[in-house]
Amino acid sequence: MSDLKCKLLVIGAGPGGYSCAIRAGQLGVETIVVDRRPPGGTCLNIGCIPSKALIHAAEEFHKISHANSSPLGISVEKSSIDLATTVKWKDGIVRRLNDGVSGLFRKSKVKLIAGDARFVDGKTVSVTSDDGEHSIHAENIVIATGSAPVEIPSLPFGGNIMSSTEALSLDEVPKTLAVVGGGYIGLEIGTAYAKMGAQVSIIEATDRILPQYDAALIKPVAKRLGQLGIELCLNTQAFAYKDGMLVTSNGDIPADKVLVTVGRRPLTSSVGVEELMLSMNGPFIEINDACQTSMRGIYAIGDVTGEPMLAHRAIAQGELVAEHVAGHKVSWDKQCIPAVCFTDPEVVTCGLLPDEAENATVSEFPFAANGRALTTGRDDGFVRIVAREEDGVVLGIQAVGAGVSELSAAFSLAIEMGATLEDIGSTIHAHPTQSEGFQEAALRALGQAIHI
Amino acid sequence: MGIHTIRLPDVGEGIAEAELVEWPVKIGDIVNEDDVVAVVMTDKAAVEVPSTVAGKVMWLGGEVGDPIPVGEKLIQLEVEGEGNDTEVGLGEAGKVGSSPATAIASASPSEPDVAAFAATEQTLTQAQNTERKSAPAKESHTHIHRSKPLAAPSVRARAKAEGIDLRNVVGSGPAGRINHQDLTDFIESGEAAGHNGHTHGRKNSVKEIKMIGMRRKIADKMSMSKSRIPHITIVEEVDMTELEELRSALNKKYVGERPKLTLLPFMMRAIVEAVREQPEINARYDDDSGIIRQHGAVNIGIATQTENGLNVTVVHHAEAANLWDNAGKVSKLAEEARNGTIKLENLSGGTITITSLGPLGAIVTTPIINHPEVAIVGINKMQTRPMWDGQQFQPRKMMNISCSFDHRVIDGWDAAVFVQKLKTLLETPAMLFVEG
Repeated sequence: MSDLKCKLLVIGAGPGGYSCAIRAGQLGVETIVVDRRPPGGTCLNIGCIPSKALIHAAEEFHKISHANSSPLGISVEKSSIDLATTVKWKDGIVRRLNDGVSGLFRKSKVKLIAGDARFVDGKTVSVTSDDGEHSIHAENIVIATGSAPVEIPSLPFGGNIMSSTEALSLDEVPKTLAVVGGGYIGLEIGTAYAKMGAQVSIIEATDRILPQYDAALIKPVAKRLGQLGIELCLNTQAFAYKDGMLVTSNGDIPADKVLVTVGRRPLTSSVGVEELMLSMNGPFIEINDACQTSMRGIYAIGDVTGEPMLAHRAIAQGELVAEHVAGHKVSWDKQCIPAVCFTDPEVVTCGLLPDEAENATVSEFPFAANGRALTTGRDDGFVRIVAREEDGVVLGIQAVGAGVSELSAAFSLAIEMGATLEDIGSTIHAHPTQSEGFQEAALRALGQAIHI
Repeated sequence: MGIHTIRLPDVGEGIAEAELVEWPVKIGDIVNEDDVVAVVMTDKAAVEVPSTVAGKVMWLGGEVGDPIPVGEKLIQLEVEGEGNDTEVGLGEAGKVGSSPATAIASASPSEPDVAAFAATEQTLTQAQNTERKSAPAKESHTHIHRSKPLAAPSVRARAKAEGIDLRNVVGSGPAGRINHQDLTDFIESGEAAGHNGHTHGRKNSVKEIKMIGMRRKIADKMSMSKSRIPHITIVEEVDMTELEELRSALNKKYVGERPKLTLLPFMMRAIVEAVREQPEINARYDDDSGIIRQHGAVNIGIATQTENGLNVTVVHHAEAANLWDNAGKVSKLAEEARNGTIKLENLSGGTITITSLGPLGAIVTTPIINHPEVAIVGINKMQTRPMWDGQQFQPRKMMNISCSFDHRVIDGWDAAVFVQKLKTLLETPAMLFVEG
């Protein structure tokens, strides 16, 4: 038992928590971070990073295994994938990043304690770690405890019923995989397994996949799912898993493994947040524009504060909190939070969708008219811009297409800088790249597109 | 879903158009029945236009400062069920045609009562008894974007650190985007001084204020009065000692029972008496058609300062009311003018006006006649001054009155006679009440 004191205590070393701690350390704020897992949180250990590694491996394998049927003139005699090796490679990436974050903590003089934190009161947290119990007294405390997959009572996690965590660490590709939930996590992992050779079914209770997007953005994704042989069961409910079959409202579906991805819930109870009686916003902790909760000196960032549950939102919040604690005058004034869905093709959204904006012009440029897209063998998808009618200020940008995730930088920068259609249309975009589609979409809105 | 069009109702006095001075709603807002959706300004007053139905604002018929003809489409709402507008497309300007407002104009020509035409409009537009839901105006994403000033993150961060609200900074970039230089200029101009404690910075700012609404009406009216009417102003000194004693005695006697008497009802009484002998003073000169109308009624305008500017409330038939009635009317109308509930009829039809600045009244003013009236009586400040009674100085409550006359209609002699008459009546208050 030892008592520690610090100016800033961060509970949770996910992207939000570690960014907050590192920035605070850089600003000379004495900071402690508590997390049981290796630093990096869900994102780095069992989320974004592992899934992207798996998606990449699956895509590589799919290209090789389907080379003979492609028009590129490449022939392959035999291809196979050893998922255990793939997962080992993925684990290597994760470890490297864990070490990276630990190194950054040291560099910015942040102390990391591996253990489980629990609130004693609004200024004190007790930490149970392998070397005993610590009591930490902090002037400021940040709740950055993240979220966990939601479980369906009739399909409890365990055995062949997996959450995304287990699905990212299998040692062989299941013959049949049923994915319950047609959100982005289910589609990303389902698509990856389909590319690795599994027969994948997606069971979705509503009448559409990817509910946060509009029909035009979803269409190329749905089409590709079909090409990959993924069976899409909409308006279907999953009831139980029995004898290798998933029982649904539309009959039994064979499934060696079942992946349940029906959403994520904030993790607050395990650290005793409830006892602080903070003001809540549904299941989430209510915060103001400086991420302060209803209790003085207690901040909350990331998934515990609500949608969108995205690492980069948490990171931005974490940095803001560190600066606020250091005494800077800052507040949340972001114009947009980009969101990327690593399906095939990828979907990027930034700012307002067409039906969210009023008095707006909407302009689309298809990749079918983009040279670079044709040379990658993928001409599906488009770039779309939503702009204010009266002055051309860009309110939203979306794209769907192979590899468009990397265009998100241009999109969010444009909106955050307050760009107008003319600004984008007048900026030279390198040829031949997919980014030309962005410029062309802006020009098209101005009636000046060249290639369409 | 249908489109319901609200047209500018007849806002009284047979006027053809009104100036739009405020949109209390914006496109996308949810409004309930009776919510105010527009404020227009007539020659006399600001009039609130209520919604006759509940719905969502789809289209606004103009910008603040625009003149809107009576009967023109003012605002369009998306309503449940069928609307009253079957024309395709929103807000096609200029299509008055068989609009309901034509009917209103003939239905209520002599009822310049705000409440009255609201009700008329309601029946004519077949107000749907839409269930009153408490649909709070949802802040749309678009609105959030609009309310945020357009500026790059670094500019926003710098403004935050300097404690500057970017909404106060004028952006020079496209679409009004604020750049670093704009922020620098703002800080150096000293406009941000209040926030930064730079109390002695040079100020180079020029604030542009659009002349709209009441201010513009006042400006137009003053220009017309002062440019058309050749004024002659006469100032006279009045010994108010006796009248003040009487006033004080009356107020003491009827404390709590009757309205408190100010100087105004006495002055009104004096005017009523004076114009009995000089009806040419209580007149309106229609200089466009060359006709002078001498009125039997003495409708006395009282210049009243309100939050939005100068109003002239009119006490009709002052000749037919006693001191307390007139006193009650004056204070009631002043109150109504200040809180905006005054009816248009009480802002028009004056035959002569009194202007008073109370304790700020100075020793002399040169009042501007309220066209088309021909005379105005200005009351200056009262103070005790030493007066020579032939043997010694006496402390007397003295007050000047500054009266202007339309010299086209009233000769200097007549003007002087009128002023002397007022002086005599006020100095010998018994004469105010002696039937002549």
